[in-house]
Amino acid sequence: MKEKITIITSTCVPLPLENVDTDQIIPARFLKATTKEGFGDNLFRDWRFDKEGNPNPNFVLNQDIYKGKILVAGKNFGSGSSREHAAWAIGGYGFRIIVSSFFADIFKNNSMNNGLLPVVVSPEFLSEVFEHVKANPAMTLTVNLPNQTITNNTTKRTEYFEINAYKKNCLVNGLDDIDYLLSNKHKIEEYEKTL
Amino acid sequence: MSKTLFEKIWEKHVVDTLPDGTIQLYIDRLYCHEVTSPQAFAGLRSRGLNPFRPERITCMPDHNIPTLGQEKPIEDPISRKQVETLEENAKFYNLTYYGMNHPKNGIIHVVGPENGLTQPGMTIVCGDSHTSTHGAMGAIAFGIGTSEVEMTLATQCIMQRKPKTMRIVVDGKLRPGVTAKDIALYIISQMTTSGATGYFVEYAGEAIRNTTMEERLTICNLSIEMGARGGMIAPDEITFAYLKGREYSPKGKDWDEAVAYWKTLCTDNDAIFDKEVRFHAEDIEPMVTYGTNPGMGMGIKDCIPAMERIDESGRISFQKSLEYMGFNAGEPILGKSIDYVFLGSCTNGRIEDFRAFASIVKGRRKAANVIVWLVPGSWAVERQLKEEGIDKILEEAGFKLRQPGCSACLAMNDDKVPAGKYAVSTSNRNFEGRQGPGARTILAGPLVAAAAAVTGVITDPRDLMN
Repeated sequence: MKEKITIITSTCVPLPLENVDTDQIIPARFLKATTKEGFGDNLFRDWRFDKEGNPNPNFVLNQDIYKGKILVAGKNFGSGSSREHAAWAIGGYGFRIIVSSFFADIFKNNSMNNGLLPVVVSPEFLSEVFEHVKANPAMTLTVNLPNQTITNNTTKRTEYFEINAYKKNCLVNGLDDIDYLLSNKHKIEEYEKTL
Repeated sequence: MSKTLFEKIWEKHVVDTLPDGTIQLYIDRLYCHEVTSPQAFAGLRSRGLNPFRPERITCMPDHNIPTLGQEKPIEDPISRKQVETLEENAKFYNLTYYGMNHPKNGIIHVVGPENGLTQPGMTIVCGDSHTSTHGAMGAIAFGIGTSEVEMTLATQCIMQRKPKTMRIVVDGKLRPGVTAKDIALYIISQMTTSGATGYFVEYAGEAIRNTTMEERLTICNLSIEMGARGGMIAPDEITFAYLKGREYSPKGKDWDEAVAYWKTLCTDNDAIFDKEVRFHAEDIEPMVTYGTNPGMGMGIKDCIPAMERIDESGRISFQKSLEYMGFNAGEPILGKSIDYVFLGSCTNGRIEDFRAFASIVKGRRKAANVIVWLVPGSWAVERQLKEEGIDKILEEAGFKLRQPGCSACLAMNDDKVPAGKYAVSTSNRNFEGRQGPGARTILAGPLVAAAAAVTGVITDPRDLMN
């Protein structure tokens, strides 16, 4: 059973860069673990720390005024590798939701398989959030998964977001695909008879 | 009803369709490497399950493998443990396993096709985005995450949405000195790194049909770099000739039946794609990248775009990218001095890539200022190039061969490019830090890599060709 997601209101961490790839989210040299734990410590490692391992004060995760369960990023977030370690790193750091105007496919699947919700918003909604959070880091967003809405609580601007019914059910109830597939095993065996 | 190649294979693998359109898809072949599988095997174990169809699973380590001294245990204890974990899991569950230094070991996307494990009409997955490579043989092949590896281990199925379909047609004939890698980098530069997200691509057209099997593997390998879930090419006589006689290819009567079926795997004349894009082979030059994603590519004689040509929302990222690379908007990169050359990876680590590289360096000498890593994609490639005497040509020009593995493509082993150094790399990603923290990657094909290796600067390989 994974942690459920229903309604989350939180401050957010802005990362207004485009095409943030999985090698930035978690560099390959940190992929050597055989468990899912500890990846949050190296999230955005080479942007977050210098060569000696000292925090880079210019990077948003090192700026105390920005915190929260929601990461807001520029378009095409998560491009590149299929490494699920990227989702484990973001989740491990403490984020539950990622907001962007566009996500890479495999990353999106990996997130949802780990109780991490990718929310696609319009470019206008996204740039407005970037502006508001810069002016007021205490601003909050509310994501309502059952209703599939996201609200900028500063302006009350609300958008509907898409998620397929199957994945939504998994996330709201903390279920995963394997539970479902195992319950459907008879169909797999029937299918194999046709091969 | 008329169908695309993708639809024909996809529909044959649908086990069940949920009311919201989510598909339970049957997987013919699962490839496992050491990086993205340990947590999947651990998950399987914690649920008290065994692999559902072990005969459909092939495992090999490739990412962490050192490219020197494979006879000895891996020195890095964390890398060693990851590789040993795969070996333990494969042995425990009785799965096919080609360990380090095994004659069939190599990069999983090189080994699959060369052993006939990858065949037309199959669905193939691996916890690796470059699984798209196998689509070159007329299969639906795509990268998945570790949770999906676990699903496939447990049930031989994954839950998927049906992607949209796109056909990319490349008409005409390639100019001399232009390789399959250049076709792919050109397409990505036109499409951008997210231009095919949500789509499964079929490559078609005269320039594609005229490619060899290995060139097709290179083209499909890079499909993910424009965001596509995968890329595929309809199987034809070139595909069949490549597969015939390989270890896992069907034999005798089974072969004839398989070929008869494979011949039906093509897009029907009036089938409809969600999107169609067309390019002309004559427009493609030898390509290089100048930035930090594979979409930031250009002809080798072109200039980096000026800032005014970049969309306003992308300017911060563009500027950051050029600063990382130490380049300026608007300048050429031809003639720039480089420090490293890497020939290898699942993109360009096959025999034809080594032949191409050797054709340029033959009779020349390695530039003194450049460190060159030549890494065959598999032991089979290594044996073949020795058989052809390519190793001798390379040695005479001052190069040394290393042992097979993923190597400097993602620098999980010791093959790391130092911070600030420039590497001309035949691999697939030029992301920040991809080849080592601070490393500056210029992606290119094997001819451009060879030209850089003998001149020490970014050089148009056509200037060195007869």
